[in-house]
Parts: sequence; C-alpha cells; structure tokens
Amino acid sequence: MAAGVATWLPFARAAAVGWLPLAKKTMPKPPVDKSSKSDEILYVNVSGVRFQTWKNTLDRYPETLLGSSEKEFFYNEETQEFFFDRDPEMFRHILNFYRTGKLHYPRNECIQAFDEELAFYGIVPEIIGDCCMEEYRDRKKENQERLAEDTEANEAMDAPLPPHSTSRERLWRAFENPHTSTMALVFYYVTGFFIAVSVIANVVETVPCRPPKGSVKDLPCGEKYQLAFFCMDTACVLIFTFEYLMRLFAAPSRCKFMRSVMSVIDVVAIMPYYIGLVMPENEDVSGAFVTLRVFRVFRIFKFSRHSQGLRILGYTLKSCASELGFLLFSLTMAIIIFATVMFYAEKGTKGSTFTSIPASFWYTIVTMTTLGYGDMVPNTIAGKIFGSICSLSGVLVIALPVPVIVSNFSRIYHQNQRADKMRAQQKVRMARIRMAKKGTVNAFLQYKEDRDRHSDNTTLCVKNRSAFEHQHNHLLHCLEKTTNHEFTNEINYSELCMTESVGYRTSRSTSLSSQQGAQNNSTGCCPRRARRRAAMRLANSTVSVSRGSIQELDTLHIKSTSIPPQTRSSLNAQMCDLKLNCGEPDFSAAIISIPTPPANSPDESLPPSPAPVPGILRNTRATAYTHDNVKISSL
Amino acid sequence: MGAVVGTLTMQTKQRRPSRDRTDEEVEMATVCYRPEGLDQLEAQTNFSKQELQILYRGFKNECPSGVVNEETFKHIYAQFFPHGDASMYAHYLFNAFDTTNNGSIKFKDFVMGLSTLLRGTLREKLEWTFHLYDINKDGYINREEMTEIVRAIYDMMGKYTYPALKGDVPQQHVDAFFQKMDKNKDGVLTLEEFIIACQEDEIMMRSMQLFENVM
Repeated sequence: MAAGVATWLPFARAAAVGWLPLAKKTMPKPPVDKSSKSDEILYVNVSGVRFQTWKNTLDRYPETLLGSSEKEFFYNEETQEFFFDRDPEMFRHILNFYRTGKLHYPRNECIQAFDEELAFYGIVPEIIGDCCMEEYRDRKKENQERLAEDTEANEAMDAPLPPHSTSRERLWRAFENPHTSTMALVFYYVTGFFIAVSVIANVVETVPCRPPKGSVKDLPCGEKYQLAFFCMDTACVLIFTFEYLMRLFAAPSRCKFMRSVMSVIDVVAIMPYYIGLVMPENEDVSGAFVTLRVFRVFRIFKFSRHSQGLRILGYTLKSCASELGFLLFSLTMAIIIFATVMFYAEKGTKGSTFTSIPASFWYTIVTMTTLGYGDMVPNTIAGKIFGSICSLSGVLVIALPVPVIVSNFSRIYHQNQRADKMRAQQKVRMARIRMAKKGTVNAFLQYKEDRDRHSDNTTLCVKNRSAFEHQHNHLLHCLEKTTNHEFTNEINYSELCMTESVGYRTSRSTSLSSQQGAQNNSTGCCPRRARRRAAMRLANSTVSVSRGSIQELDTLHIKSTSIPPQTRSSLNAQMCDLKLNCGEPDFSAAIISIPTPPANSPDESLPPSPAPVPGILRNTRATAYTHDNVKISSL
Repeated sequence: MGAVVGTLTMQTKQRRPSRDRTDEEVEMATVCYRPEGLDQLEAQTNFSKQELQILYRGFKNECPSGVVNEETFKHIYAQFFPHGDASMYAHYLFNAFDTTNNGSIKFKDFVMGLSTLLRGTLREKLEWTFHLYDINKDGYINREEMTEIVRAIYDMMGKYTYPALKGDVPQQHVDAFFQKMDKNKDGVLTLEEFIIACQEDEIMMRSMQLFENVM
C-alpha cells in the first residue's frame, strides 16, 4: 500500500475542499510543487542488463538508494544512464519492489547474497511481504546457525589459547574440548573406561556365582567377592569425584555449572557411595541403603558427555514433552475408564483378582498394550465383554495413533512453531506500525515546530524533502485550521489536562529567532534551548518524559549524522524509520506508511498572537533541544 | 484414543474453511473494469492527456482491478490521518465520489471528481461540497447531516488535540455554521443559500484560491 499512498495524496488534498466552508480560519498556503509535471523514463544499467522505469516509480521510496539523490553518484554522462555493477538477477526483484510496493524473496537465491543486495540498495529487509517473510526468516536463521556452528567448530579445533589464560581457563577448555591436548584426551578416555567398568561391575554383582565351600545356596557374585567389588567401586567413585571437583574448580560460572544437567547426573552417581559409607551397617537402614544402590545405574548417563547422539535424543524428548504429556494423559484417561468398568463388572465374583480399581489398572494396561500376561482374567460375562472391548480398543489406542501421533508430532510441532513465529511477527509488525504511526504524528508536530521556528528562514533542510512530504504536512495543517484545534501527542495532552484542572495559564509570547537552530551541521550540535515556562511547574517532568519517550522511539530511529551511504548499512540493522540527509534532526516515518519528516515551508498563516498556539508543547528530540518558543494566550 | 484422533482432525477441519473463503474472494477480484478512451476522458474533464496518463498509472498500480471499493478507500484515507479515525469521513467522501452509487469508484468517477475539485469553476466546487454534505442526497442540508459531517472531521483529529475537545465542540461548530449560512433561518440549507453564503464568506474565498494548483 505504501507505493500507492503517494498516488492518492493529490486526491486527499483535493478532497480537503470539502472542509473549506466549515473552516473558521483561512487555510495555509500550499507548498509550491517545483518538480516538473511530466514524468520521465530513467535508464538503469545493471551489469549490462538495461532496465527502464519511470522516475516517479523510483521516487516512491526516497529513503533508498534509487529513490534518493544517492543514485546521482552512479550516473554515467556519456550513456545517459545509471550504471550499477551488481547482480542483474537480484536487481529484478529490487525494481519490482518499487513497482508493486512488495518485496519478494526469491527462493533459489542465496540468503546472504540477497541481504547484501538489499543493504546496497538501502532497503530494509523487514518490508518483505508476508508471502515470502517466513521463508526468508527461516533461511536466515538456518544460515546464522550454520555460521555459528562453523565458527564454533573452528574455534574448538585449532584456535590457539588466548595468550594469558589462567590455568583454570585452560583446565576448563581441556574438559570441554578433549581434542585440544593429549592430557585431556587421555583423561577423557580414562573416565569413559571407568564409567563402563563401574556399570559392568554393578551388573555382574548380581549374577549368582558358585557358592563357596560348605554352602548350598547360590550367592550373587557381589557377596562372594565383596572386597573386590568394593575396591573397584571405590576406585571408580574416587575417579568420578576427582573429575567432578576438577570441573567445579575450572568452571567459569560455578552456579551455572552446578545447575547443569550433567553435573546433577555426576552428583547422583557418586552420592550413594558416600551415603553408604556414612550410614551405619545395621539391618534397619540397609533396606534404604540397597535402594540407594539403584542410583548407581545413573552412572550410565555419564556417557552422554561422550556421546553426541544421546544428548540430541535427550533434547528432542525435552522439546516434545508437551505432546508426550498429552499422549500420556489420554492413555491415563482410557486406563482409568476401563479399570473402573472392569472392577465393577468383576466385583461380585468370588476369588476375583480385581480387588480394587488400582489393582485393575494393571489388567487394563496389560490388555491394552496387547501383552496379556494372564495373571488377571475376568470371569463374569460382563467382565469378559468389557475385557474384549478393552483389548480391541487397546489395539486402536496403542497401535493406530502411535504412527499418527508420531507424524502429528512433527506436523503440530512445526505448526506451533510457525504459529508462534507468526504471532511474534504479528506483534513485531503491530509494534512497527504503531511506531510508524507515532513517527508520523511526531513528524507532523516536528514540522509545526520547525515552521514556527523558521518562519523567516526558508532555506534550511528543504532540499531533501520530497514534494509529497510538503503536501501531506500542508494537508494536516488544513485540517487543523478547519477544526480550529491542533494536533499534539499523548504526553502533552495528558499534561494539558492536568494543567487545565489547575486552571492557570500564562501568556507569554516570545519567540526566539531561528538562528540558533540554523546551524545544522550534525544532529549532535543542535543547541539545547532552555525551556522557560513560568508557572508551569510540570515543565521539568514534561521535558524528561518527552525526552524519554522520544529516546525510546529513537532506539528504533536512526539519527543520520552523516552522508547516506554510511547510514545505509545501519539502516538494515534497525527498524524502518530513517533520517534524511539533513543536519537537523528529523523524524521520518516508515516505508510502510507515509514518510513525513518535518517540512520547513514558510508559513504566513501563523498569526503571532491571537491564536492559542501551544508553543510549549512541542515534541523534543532525544538530543534534547527543547523549545523556547512559548506562545500561549488563551484568555 | 479416539478422543486424541478426534481432536487432531478437528484442528485440521478448522483450517479449511478459511481457505475456501479466500478462494471465493480471489475469484471475485479478477473482474476488471476499463475506463473509456483517453480522448473521451480528456473531453469530459479539465485535465490534459499527460496528466490523465499519470493519474491512471497511479490508479491502476494501486487497484489493478480498476475499481476502488469502500474498504480500500477507507484504508487509504486512514493512512493520511494516523492521529484519529478517518473512516466516517472517508465513508462520506466515498459516497460523494461514487456518483453512480454502486459501491465502487471507477477511474472515471475518480478523475471527474478530481477535475471538479482542482480545475472546476467556483460554482462547481461549491456544488461538489454541497453534494458532499448532503448525505441523503435530497437537495437539502439539515442540521443532523451537518453534525454528522463535522463529527466525522473532528474524529480525524484524534484524541490528542490542543485545546482539548471538551463539551460538544462539533455541535457548536455546526451551530456557528448554520448561523452563518442559513439566511432564511428555516433550519435547512438549499444549494442556492449555500452558494450565496459561501461567496459572501471572504475567508473561504481566499482559501479556495489557494487550492487552485494542488496537482
């Protein structure tokens, strides 16, 4: 829509004739349109491919290279055309953007090449149309991740240590990347070996060995060779403890390290041993002690440090947790339903194994998963009927949805991601549009301020304003005159409400000359003007508030202090708003909507005293020059 | 369980109706309108051929189908007035441009309206403005119609104005307007009353002159 808005401006201005009978005051003088009426065809030669387009088409976006005077740098006098030494295939898309107002991302092009072209032509990637935005973002993220991985791998591989690293840093590096030094590698394999040994010992411990002489019963090997196993266990635990303490010492952030999954696994793996040492050897607690031994099996998870695949699996499960949870929930529902039914169906039978509903859970699970152990069987006819229904539905419940759910996992997962992305994009877009609107509002207020300040000085910063901006500001000014009210922004409005309730206004009509604002070499040296407002006690708060709000806006706006080519690249790093090449700080609204930086047209319709003009309540810039032009006469 | 499968299929079903709706919309939008020849339009309006060419190129670029419907019109107009709500005024404006009253503005309507506003005689401009204010097109402007229009204009200003919009400012504005315009005090304005009163209004005449060269 942005392209066409400029087309409709003459129409909107013509329609302003409808306000004339209602206006209580004379309309302001319209800006003179100096541009030539006839449109000319421009020739653009991109690496030999000749494009032709109307000048007006390119002028639609004055913040880009082709729409601004920057293209003059590429003009070739002999051939009377603009020559660019860039990719002609990409240029086609760029030019289509000017023609249609929508930027599309060509799917077969490299994302980086595309980004570079956009940066060169001064186009912000955010304006890519909805149709191509998702693809663009996905490719860009992919590319960035790949780059990050590559750099990480490179660093890990052969990057030399920073020269003055402490032994602690070196130790940490050795632990994280065992390939860096031989010692680290040796340690890595040794730990791996001991993890395996410990796990195997735990397993073998329980195998029955031949009983010693004089006994009949088979003993588990653990008890037969108790001392040997104990020594092996001690050795393993010592190594694990040593490793854990070393990692803890070397970790750059100890708290973060202690909360990480791997360290928790480490702790869980070695704690049972120590607890067993500490606890006394009596019969009462030996049961608990035995339970603790179970935790020794967690040592097998220590292998995940050594295996990338295990880590990926864990991560996948974690990310699919919600889907799995839902699956479990629905299964639980089914189990409870069938267990209840079976229990009540079998209730009357003598010697029934369905002693309670929880007891029936076991039957339901075994039947639904088609295991059918046969330890619990229904005897009544109703029980058998429901039991068969249970096993049939078990087939449906387990066998059918599992592939469906597996495929739905990926589909729902990706869809959710897309929905979240779109929601986030939508939020960003709304925020951007709001910003642009604010920018437009503030731009107009800025224009008014300039108009007041430079009422006698006409040459400032006019050169880079487009006719469109002049005319749009004039239109808004006409509306103000028609309704005899003026536009302000939120902060000033709320402040006004407060002061009106106080009911005290001063009338002071001073207006400093515009000389102070005249030097506009760079935004940085716009002078601070002390704000004088007698009896407006809220002056300071307003200043700080409006300064704050504008600074907020400014994080998204770019302050152009230099020639456009330098700011173009920074353009792409920020949102759409843009400054023109003018020393005076301007607001220029986004490409999406109307660009309305403050114009500086001479305005004779601003009467000095009778009209109540809020001289105080102008927008201020983040460089915080505040306005001295206080004209209030309301009474 | 069945419930799981059921909920999953329900989700997919919800997505399909929206796709059907957009298919219908796509079909409707492919109908095209073409304006009359360039010569004829040049004869009927006060624009030169080149100006008509420039206007049409912009118009066609924006509305490839050749017509503007009210929604698009409101949207375009709203972009010029981000402070407030321009939809009501855009509605009245749309009706004023849509001389054939079929709910869409073709290029011919567009260019005829522009020609009147920008290049027409004073009387034509005033007649157009009268036509705009006369919402029900009965030849008379009464207070209610005027109040609607004025309210719509004030809506465009938005909330944050100086001085703040307190009380019934639109109504007061309408009263002042009728005071000035309604010579025989019968509560309605006819076209002749309107034109005579406007010609007597010096402020307005001066403003009219300023709007001569807007193109």
